[in-house]
Amino acid sequence: MTLAPLTRTRRVIVCCGSGGVGKTTTAAVLALEGARQGRRAVVVTIDPAKRLADALGLETLSDTPTRIEGDWPGELWALMLDTKSTFDALVLKYAPSAGQADGILRNRFYRNISSALSGTQEYMAMEKLYELHEEGGFELVVVDTPPTRNALDFIDAPRRLTHFLDNRLFRWMMMPTRAYLKAAGVATRTLLRVISRGVGSDVVQDAVAFFQAFEGMEDGFRQRAERVLHLLSDPATAFLLVTTPRADALEESRFFAAKLEEAGIPVEALVVNRMHPRFAPAGADQLRSRAADQADTDLAGLYENLADFTLLAEVEEAHVTELSARVHPAPLVRVPFLPSDVHDLEGLSELGKYLFDGDGEPAPVGTA
Amino acid sequence: MDPARFCSQSRLVIVAGKGGVGKTTVSAALAMMAAQAGLDTLIVEVEGKTGLGTAFGQGELSYDEVQLADRVRARTITPDQALLEYLDEHGMRRLSKRLTNSGVLDVVATAAPGIKDILVLGKVKQLERAGDADLIVLDAPAAGHAVTFLTSARGLLDAVRVGPVRAQAEDVQELLTDAARTQVLLVTLPEETPVNEAAETAARLRERVGVHLGPIVVNGLYPPVSGLEAAADLVGRAGVPADDAQPLLDAAAFRRSRHDLQQEQLARLAESLDLPQLRLPYLFSPELGPAQIETLAAALADAVTNVEMAS
Repeated sequence: MTLAPLTRTRRVIVCCGSGGVGKTTTAAVLALEGARQGRRAVVVTIDPAKRLADALGLETLSDTPTRIEGDWPGELWALMLDTKSTFDALVLKYAPSAGQADGILRNRFYRNISSALSGTQEYMAMEKLYELHEEGGFELVVVDTPPTRNALDFIDAPRRLTHFLDNRLFRWMMMPTRAYLKAAGVATRTLLRVISRGVGSDVVQDAVAFFQAFEGMEDGFRQRAERVLHLLSDPATAFLLVTTPRADALEESRFFAAKLEEAGIPVEALVVNRMHPRFAPAGADQLRSRAADQADTDLAGLYENLADFTLLAEVEEAHVTELSARVHPAPLVRVPFLPSDVHDLEGLSELGKYLFDGDGEPAPVGTA
Repeated sequence: MDPARFCSQSRLVIVAGKGGVGKTTVSAALAMMAAQAGLDTLIVEVEGKTGLGTAFGQGELSYDEVQLADRVRARTITPDQALLEYLDEHGMRRLSKRLTNSGVLDVVATAAPGIKDILVLGKVKQLERAGDADLIVLDAPAAGHAVTFLTSARGLLDAVRVGPVRAQAEDVQELLTDAARTQVLLVTLPEETPVNEAAETAARLRERVGVHLGPIVVNGLYPPVSGLEAAADLVGRAGVPADDAQPLLDAAAFRRSRHDLQQEQLARLAESLDLPQLRLPYLFSPELGPAQIETLAAALADAVTNVEMAS
């Protein structure tokens, strides 16, 4: 199996999976392949740990695309998502006046949104992807997703945030006169009193000021969110599931796969990183009994070791086969345990061999 | 140090680390070790789906405590549930539905970042004060959230100047910075990125939270294998079936190279982080069940017994 058709034909590739499974590196390899195929490709990471900059051999990444030079016919660009500046750009775009934009950008409540409101990072990742796709002139946009527990946050997030900005309770609070406050009803008033008592009225005032400043912009935001969602369900967009064969990562991947299926989004490729090699055709049980036969000799330890790794390979293979069947007919790519993390383009190319040249079959017996 | 004493140094132990390093497994092993040392232990999970309940054949955990093993109980604490309970206890039950259903909590949490974390930590503090467990093991949120989670109190103290939330934040901050009540056990793997991240997290926790860091748990070390170094000799000499020779050598070479990489990372960790290391073995077993947790608890007890504690 090879993922070359994906990078050649798709416009957007979203890498999802739990944390620590190699999403960021996989995304970089995909974008690199796009550049090799002659496309203008960009990879967006949300990973603040600078792993992508690392892998691309860069010191740092900013939130504007940096071009990575290399001997490929296309172009390779990379950037790191900055949630706040992406949000700022949206505010500037949809605010009817510079004064209103300024009022929002300086509001303390607004400044908290990008760091404190869950789902904002996911939404901004999707917004960035949309922006690069629509306005950046890129033929291929590859993005990794936040290592979120809630698998589909990045799909729900645009709707959740626009819903948040529409919050009815806070609309009541913005009403200027007492008559409206009366209309808000006893329950709402009590609620507001409790919140003010709980966190202090200045905190509540910040929120009120924000919703006031935001007045009239919800429609723009909502329409934009709808367009982002539309792009995600477009056939030009492919979702790729990245995992490792560890029990917890697989468990989350199964969950992801189920959620994506529920949302009607097909998984178009499954990448399993860090697979253990299989050293012997014999089964683990068989090797274990040979270890027992050798119990009195120094060979017992070596047989045990071989049996341990064989068991691991057997179990991993069984789990991966099962997960692969769930996302059928998505191609499955197995990437072996590599001796070190990827630090440069050479390392990315090395990794690319498994994604683009290999047949995705288990490593032949005897290659460690 | 004797495991019982180790587990009695503070009533709250927060187990923190990036996703995938085995935080939940270490939480379980620690709780099991404490239980075996005679301490009544409560594991608190702040995220669903950690698999801890299932590892003990109990299904997913909930807000209500369940008994996982002798002297080991477990439960979850989520912000919504903690808030409902708080309102209930303060005679505001009628409000609770509105607060949790209308998205108001999201607005308030944005107005005062960290409020959700404080709801959780406030409940943990209440449990710590109540003292119905000798040891509370808090399995902290994964990913980068551990630092945010633990700095929530300090952040709120800046944002919220009056009221019960501030009082709560003060109490939580007091709990976190008192070494006699709280310590953090960081968990990592002997691999490059986890080692880097552990050192960063440790620095941030010290600097921004002022929490006492216990030893660092390094998970997943390949246990020694006899004959590994002399593999070539052994396989060449004895009457090893031809079909087995190469696989034996390959597997031995793989193990040696993984082992060497791990040793390198342990050295890097020691260099970048001045914490004693508690090393836990890699388990080849595919399942995590009570037997594996027992094994790790025993290994942890050994490591604790042998480690040199700074304080």
